[in-house]
This record gives sequence, structure tokens and C-alpha cells, in this order.
Amino acid sequence: MKRALFSGNEAVALGAWCAGVRVAAAYPGTPSTEILEELARRPGVYCEWSPNEKVALEVGIGSCLGGARTLVAMKHVGLNVAADPWMTLPYIGVNAGLVLAVADDPGMHSSQNEQDSRYYARMAKVPMLEPADSAECFAMVGAALELSERYDTPVMLRLETRVSHSRTVVEYREERREVDLPYEKDAVKRVMIPGHARLRHPVVIERLEKLQQESERSPFNRVEMRSTRIGIVSSGVCYQYAREAFPEASVLRLGFVYPLPEKMLREFASHFHRLYVVEEMEPWIEEGLKAMGLDVVGKARIPRDGELDPDVVARSLSELLEMDTGVRGGGWSPPPERGELPEESSLPARPPVMCPGCPHRGLFYALRRNRAVVSSDIGCYTLSVLPPLSGIDCQVCMGAGVGMALGLEKAFASSEANAGKACKVVGVLGDSTFIHGGITGLIDMVYNRTPTTIIILDNRTTAMTGFQDHPGTGRTLMGEETHALDLAELARALGVESVRVVDPWDLAQTEAAVAEEMAAPRTSVIISRRSCVLREHREGAPYRVDVERCDACRRCMRLGCPALVMRGEAAAVDEDLCVGCSLCAQVCARGAIEEVSGHA
Amino acid sequence: MPDVVLAGVGGQGNVLSARVLAETALRMGYDVKTSEVHGMAQRGGSVVCMVRWGEKVHSPLIPEGRADFLLAFELLEGLRYLRYLSGEGTAIVNLYQLDPLTVLRGDAEYPENALQKIRDYAARAVELDARDMAARAGNLRAVGSVLLGALSVYLDFPDDAWREAIVAAVPAKAVEVNLRAFSAGAGRGRGSA
Repeated sequence: MKRALFSGNEAVALGAWCAGVRVAAAYPGTPSTEILEELARRPGVYCEWSPNEKVALEVGIGSCLGGARTLVAMKHVGLNVAADPWMTLPYIGVNAGLVLAVADDPGMHSSQNEQDSRYYARMAKVPMLEPADSAECFAMVGAALELSERYDTPVMLRLETRVSHSRTVVEYREERREVDLPYEKDAVKRVMIPGHARLRHPVVIERLEKLQQESERSPFNRVEMRSTRIGIVSSGVCYQYAREAFPEASVLRLGFVYPLPEKMLREFASHFHRLYVVEEMEPWIEEGLKAMGLDVVGKARIPRDGELDPDVVARSLSELLEMDTGVRGGGWSPPPERGELPEESSLPARPPVMCPGCPHRGLFYALRRNRAVVSSDIGCYTLSVLPPLSGIDCQVCMGAGVGMALGLEKAFASSEANAGKACKVVGVLGDSTFIHGGITGLIDMVYNRTPTTIIILDNRTTAMTGFQDHPGTGRTLMGEETHALDLAELARALGVESVRVVDPWDLAQTEAAVAEEMAAPRTSVIISRRSCVLREHREGAPYRVDVERCDACRRCMRLGCPALVMRGEAAAVDEDLCVGCSLCAQVCARGAIEEVSGHA
Repeated sequence: MPDVVLAGVGGQGNVLSARVLAETALRMGYDVKTSEVHGMAQRGGSVVCMVRWGEKVHSPLIPEGRADFLLAFELLEGLRYLRYLSGEGTAIVNLYQLDPLTVLRGDAEYPENALQKIRDYAARAVELDARDMAARAGNLRAVGSVLLGALSVYLDFPDDAWREAIVAAVPAKAVEVNLRAFSAGAGRGRGSA
């Protein structure tokens, strides 16, 4: 046995490899991204970045039907994209096992909402396992695949940021089990015309009843009896918080969380005056227990939003526990007295910023100069919403920037309230997200004659999640060279009349292109193309400010470049940070910013 | 059960340092858990990692007011996560100030006396110019190893365990520089202990 520290994501990948997974598909999304990056390093597995999560799941459905054990990974909002195939897959079943790993993000460390994916398991009537640490991540992948094959159903493995991005000890043997099942045609089971689907839904319901028995027996559901005064039900990383907050409490630790082990829960509940449920986000377990008629307390005390930790759990429940059980603070003691702390709110925020030399900066500067109403989607460029660029009006999800631009345009066109105002709409999105969800919106724009400009911020990678390749980069996840999708040709093929490519480091060219296209009464696409600076090496010499010529007008500060600072009565360039994009020199009206000469 | 919080700015090597510390504790036979904030934080934002070890560790998150050590890669970030440090805890502080964009723009002020506030709060503060020491060791980016070296003085891990962990976690070409940076930090740490 080896013993090593793995993140939850690495442990999922290792578990999948050991269990013989031969096909894996995903779209990158924090906190799920590393699962496929890790799996792709190992032999014998086909791994791909799909254009979006819906396609990833569809690929997975095909591969499991074809007899290969399959892993599909995504973040919580990705499951919204994949929801369509997800809801029908349980009807058709799997052949070889299929596990869908979904990573939720309580606390929204890098997400646009805090949705609780557990409802998708219940809605699709799919069994769900939830690991509490990396060792369980490793063990549950294999167990989930076996469950999937035994019951002919996909299985959901639900992760959270604190499981995916924590490193905990895993003891393991690096052995791979080969699984290769024969394909057999069965159209009645796998072609969901209504007549077939009507036959399958009762099967899905019956299967769920059997899975409930499985849950009762599952080794992942465990009662840990300690004090008979406090009984807690918990799952995932919240189990760890509950253990730390109330060391004396008895805990029913759920790992097979859907369907819930009803008998086991009732038996556990019989020992206590009432049960406490410790879970993040929605009252998902709580609702299940209440539906059984059990007396439970959960979200009445524990916050429904944000991430929990042992202290939040302790503070939320200790008063009630003391009243119910007489155990002081439920056995929890407050931290020792401390000195004076600065008010958190008094400290300057350190928001993530677009890097020095970021190609998006020039484009957003040009947009601001052209006074556009900007609808956006999600990526590094979304950071331009912050001052001084303040370049975005609305953002919802990947691809939506295009559809929203269309909607805004149609609203303004028929509006008296907005007549005479500068309400010219531009939609922005990245190269990866254009492929993910923007293409269909662009088809709509052309079809419904929308005189709006869509700007594809093409930095040649999926930057925000850590430089993953996509169909436009010419390279696959497994490192092979491949056809690079030509975004300009694609846009033309969709019927876009005007498609042009600009270099966002060339401000005059970029501003002119934006102004011309915004003025033109047609659907247009501008591709703002330059590689992400973090991906490519520094290209130019750094710049510096001639203090004699600088009159501190602060125009350069409007770029929001972290390498530019005001030092006394003049601007200054941090030569360590500067990558020589020259935007500040292009912006300076007095010619006070120049390349450092003699730079090697 | 020692709890360590590592606070800094994206790009400073905070996540890698947490990894080295965790690997060292693992080599000593402990149960270890770490927690990292990823995602948007990699773009120059505030980054915090937590490392805990002991016979049995439950939560990967350290509750506020319970950490034994705070490694501040940057002063303001040290101040921001000071609330995690216990009143009896030790702050190991890189004397380095990196203005966030909010300060560069003039919308906020860098807190005055950030260092003094950390000193007043922590039971003990070890202060060092880790950037300079890392540069002398051969690379500005080895700041984390300097801070870990200073921390090592307060932990009973043998040098070999640290060296093995650095070799395991750091890219091969950077190992020598990080070992030198670690030794420099340890030397400076012993000076303050």
C-alpha cells in the first residue's frame, strides 16, 4: 500500500483509473477541472475537453453503451447545461458503468451562483454518493461504477470545493482493473420515443426502490455512536465540521446520500430527543428526514448560504444543543480571548485583476471610449466589470452574452424611454465560451436581423480555469495536434456579414474597428486576438515614464494595469511587472511613456 | 495538532508552499489535511491555504482564532487573515507590501502600520525580508521556501523530511534554489527564536 496526499479531484482521477475507466469527458470548471487533467496523464484512458458539458455527457453516454467504463466531470452550473441528456440517461441505462462527478461551490469561490446539485440526483432519480475526503473520493469512484453496472443506471458523485481542493491522506494500491463489455443493440430500451419511454419510467421508479435497500446496506452510511444525548446527521465535508465542532456527538454519516437509508435513519433517530442536520446550502437531507416525519433541526439554525466551517457549525447549534441536552455548548468551547483585530471591511480589497499586458485590456478600453452597453459571459474578461474599466453591464452564464445582446438590442429598438440615449449594444465572450455556448446565439442574431456587434476575446486558451485547450487551439487534452477551428470562417459560415480580426495591443486599430462596427447596421463579429500573456513569454521590453514630460493627467491609470502606479506627481511603471504591451504609451497624450532602451 | 495558515497574493507560491509543508508532515507519519482557494484567486487576488496535521484531523478548514502559525507572504494579506491566528500563535511575516489595484487607483489606502498590528496581535512575530533572501538564493519566487525555513525552527520535523518534501513537490529545476532559500529562512528563524 502506498500512502500519499491527494486532492479530492486527484483521488477521483486515481480511483477512476484503478476502476478501469477507459473514456472520460469534461468541460473545465472550478472546482472540478483537475479531475480530467490528472486522469489524462495516465495510460489507457481516452480523455477529452468537450465543447460544453452537454456534449461531454453525450460522449459519456455513447462510451458506456459501447462497453467502456466512463467518467464525466463538470461543475455545478455545468450540470444545468447537461441537464437535458442527464434526465433521459437513467431511462436508457448504461451497459458499462457511468459516473457523473459534479463539483458544487458553496461560498462561490469562483462561481456565479451557489446552486445545490443534489436536487439533480433526486430529479433524475439517480443514486448519489458524496465523499467526505480524498480517501472516500478514491473508494467511491470504483463503488459507483459497480453500482452503476449492477443497477443499469448512471451514478452521481457529488463533490464540493472543500473536498475537491483539500489534500488528505489516501492509502492505495496502484492497480488497474480492466473492464470491457460487449455492445448489444436494444432499441426499445435505448431509443426514447414516447412509447418506449413510457415503458422505461416505471423501471426507473422500481430501480430507485431497490437502490434504497442498497443504501441501507451501504458501507458508506455509518453510525458512530458516542453520547446518547446529541445525534447529528451529516454528509460530505460537513461531516468533518460536525465531528470537529461537537466531538462528543453521535453521528450518522451519510456517504450514500440518495436514496436516503430510511430504516437506518429511523433507528438512529430513536436514540435521541431530536436530530440535528449539518449540511451546506439547501436543506436537502433535512427535507428527506422531515418527509419521514422525524423531528430535525437544520436550516432553522445553520446558514443556508455561504460555506460552513467547524466554528459556524458550533456557533449555529451550541445554544440549542445546550437547551436540548444540557451539555454546555454541546461540548464546544469558544476560541481563547484575542487581541484587537482590524475590521475586515476597513482593509482594501484585493480583487483578482487582469494581468499586465492582458489582451482584454485594450479591447475594453476601446469599448469604453465607444460608450457601449456590454453584455458578457464568463471568463477573465469578466474582471473588466471592476473600475477603472467598468466595462460590463450584465453577465449570467457562458454563451448568454450573445442572446442577451440580442434581447437588449430589440428592447432598445422599440423603446421610447431609452430613445436618444447612447444604447448601442455589444456582446463579448471568450474563444472557449463562444464554442461552449455562443454559436447558437450568433445564429439567432443573424437569423433575426440584429444590428449588433459580438466580440470574441480570443486569447487562444481557456485562461480562467488554467489554460485548457479547446477546439480552437489545435491541441487535444491528451496532447495531440488537431484541426484548429477557425472562428472567423465559422462566423462567416453562420451568415455574419462582417467579420474582422484585430490585435487588442493596437489601440487605434481596435478602437476604429469597434467604432465602425457599432455604427454599421448589421450583425458583425470582431475577433480580438492575442495570446494570453501568462501563457506566452514576455514579448517586448518594459516601458518607463519620463517624469519631466508626465503631467499626472492619470489618463494611463484608466487602463487599470497593475504595472502602472502614481508615484507622487507622476505615473510610474513597475518594470518587474510590465510585459511591454505598450498600451500606456499609446494612451499617453504627452508621449511621456517610452520603451526602456537597451533592454535585452 | 498544529494548524498553519498561509496568506498571500496569487502568484507568490503560496499553494506550492502549503504542499511542501503538508508533504513534510505526511513523511512524519501524521494524518494531514490541506485546503486551498483556487480559481479567480490566481489572477493577482488574495490567496489563502491551510495545513493541519496530527493523529487525526477532521476539518480541512481551520476555524478562526485557532491557527498556531500564520505565514504572511505579504503584509496586507497577513493582516487580512490574522483573525485565524490564535492569541498564542506565531506570525512569520515577509516584510513586503504589494499594493492591490484598489490602492493603486487611489480608492483605498494601504493600511498604516500593518506590521505593527500583526506584532500587537500575535504572541510572537518573526519578520524577514523573504523576497530579498529568495533573490540571494537565486530566485525571487522562492519566497515560500524562505518562510517555511523560518517556520521549521518551531516544528520538530527533521531536516531530511523537509528536503524530501521540497524535492517531491518543487519542479526539478527549482529544487536547488528552494533548498538554499529554505536554509536561509531557517538561519534567520533561529536568529529570532
